[in-house]
Amino acid sequence: MSETGVIHDIGYQRYSGARLGRPAVFGALYQHGLRAAFGLGRSAKAKIFPWLVAGIVLLVAVINAGVKAQANITLFDYYMFDDTMSWLVIFFVAIVAPELVSRDMRSGVLPLYFSRPLRAADYIGAKIAALITAVWLLLGVPQLIMFLGAAFTTKKGMSGVWDEAGRLLPGWGYSVLWAVLFASIGLLVASITGKRAFAAGGIVATFLVTAPVVGVLNIVRSETAHHLSGLVSPMTLVRGVQIWLRDGVDLGLDVGRMGPIYGIELVCLVAVCLLLLLARYRKVASL
Amino acid sequence: MTIIATQALTKTYGGGVTALSDLTVDVEAGVIGLVGANGAGKSTFIKIMLGLIAPSAGEVRVFGLDPVSETDQVRARVGYMPENDCLPPDVSAAEFVTHLGRLSGLPKTAARERASEALRHVGLYEERYRQIGGYSTGMKQRVKLAQALVHDPDLLLLDEPTNGLDPAGREAMLTLVQRIGNEFGISVVVCSHLLGEVERICDSLIAIEGGRLLRADRISAMTAASDILAVEVSEGTDELAEALARLDLTVTREGQLLLVPLESEAAYDRILHAVAELDLPLHRLDQRRHRVAELFTAKETADV
Repeated sequence: MSETGVIHDIGYQRYSGARLGRPAVFGALYQHGLRAAFGLGRSAKAKIFPWLVAGIVLLVAVINAGVKAQANITLFDYYMFDDTMSWLVIFFVAIVAPELVSRDMRSGVLPLYFSRPLRAADYIGAKIAALITAVWLLLGVPQLIMFLGAAFTTKKGMSGVWDEAGRLLPGWGYSVLWAVLFASIGLLVASITGKRAFAAGGIVATFLVTAPVVGVLNIVRSETAHHLSGLVSPMTLVRGVQIWLRDGVDLGLDVGRMGPIYGIELVCLVAVCLLLLLARYRKVASL
Repeated sequence: MTIIATQALTKTYGGGVTALSDLTVDVEAGVIGLVGANGAGKSTFIKIMLGLIAPSAGEVRVFGLDPVSETDQVRARVGYMPENDCLPPDVSAAEFVTHLGRLSGLPKTAARERASEALRHVGLYEERYRQIGGYSTGMKQRVKLAQALVHDPDLLLLDEPTNGLDPAGREAMLTLVQRIGNEFGISVVVCSHLLGEVERICDSLIAIEGGRLLRADRISAMTAASDILAVEVSEGTDELAEALARLDLTVTREGQLLLVPLESEAAYDRILHAVAELDLPLHRLDQRRHRVAELFTAKETADV
């Protein structure tokens, strides 16, 4: 600007720089989605809920690490941490998934997206990847804090750190399972409606309705019913897969020898969610 | 230069609804008006050009590219402004247009620069950091136009850009569209159901009705040859007709009016002189420029 405040009309300038392809567009949408998940680049109001949930989860991890360092009592291990935080994960997905997809639907911005070099599959891919990353960060960062707490207070030197890292990595893997399953279901439910409140309610309801069924099946006097009960609810499904993969025992859930079924269901459920999402957006993309 | 070419383009939707039938048209660069009533097939035509839907039959080429198989190349050169609301309320215009610039394949910094540029050109430079939710309808239309411009397309497809605007807003939007077409070197297809509106700013017109091509031509070709001067005198109409005939002017009578084709500027003066010499009370002397609308109504009635 010149000192006199004259506005110089420099005319229209043509753009001759680089035009990136679809991978870059995918990356841009992914990055945008991940930022939106935590309300970055949005108003303060959009930051409240995701950061509230993230704050609670972080606090739990810090307390856990602190207790372990001071009194050497393990409140949760890395797996139990995810299980304990399950409802917070659901709330987080219920807040973020509508932010990622319902918002676009509500504001009618999709025709602008799909008139650019972006396909329905790219859109879903970027959104689901952003949501998976967000949920994973929600669990993975506190797990890292727990690890750091344990690693710095270990009395066995380097080998103690390595042992702890050996426990952290599968814990992170478990968080990935959580993130993938919950992101797929959450995004599918959110893509049905453009109203954010309905979408959030729908997501919570999906998880809420299935949880008691597990309890009911556990009362039934059939061994098989007990073993299969976890299949009904996404939360117990992930736990079942974890128990199966680790060959572990969980007091709340006994999968018996039905472990592989849990694995198969998890994969199928995610695949079905993604295919339904794709079908939905194929339709939306052609307007 | 031909920018859009279609050959017997036909689109039939699933339910047997024919949105476009046998549309063959060659469009030259410039500002092009695409007029037709609601449901005439304008939006379908635009969607086909963007590669959003595939034609049922026939061919379409945009810059010589096939939107069905070379979708990305076409979309990189085309900007689209939809008719409906398409703006999220809770982001600033600058951020929104930058985001869409990146989705068009611009690198991050370039997208940011181009977004401010585009917003400046549509006249939203000062307000660009405000949230879109607080904008007036006119400003929102400008943001929609800016997002279509952000990746520097060679062709803009504007679907009803004056929708919902007050007369002053319409005027401003049309002037802006005309400027984009004439000064920026970007061809513009303006969709509208208001012929009078686009007629003023367009170089050429495509009129479609019921999915069929009504007429496609340059505006100048539609209006230039039909300038007629209407002369009305309160008495002595016959004398004047004779006097004009003697001056080698072809005169046709239409009630009290004498219609004289204006071949040259001089004809105007000669008619005035003739009236003055005969000392007749002149009632009316006006140039009857054929409106484009008349051409269409004539056609339409012929169809019926």
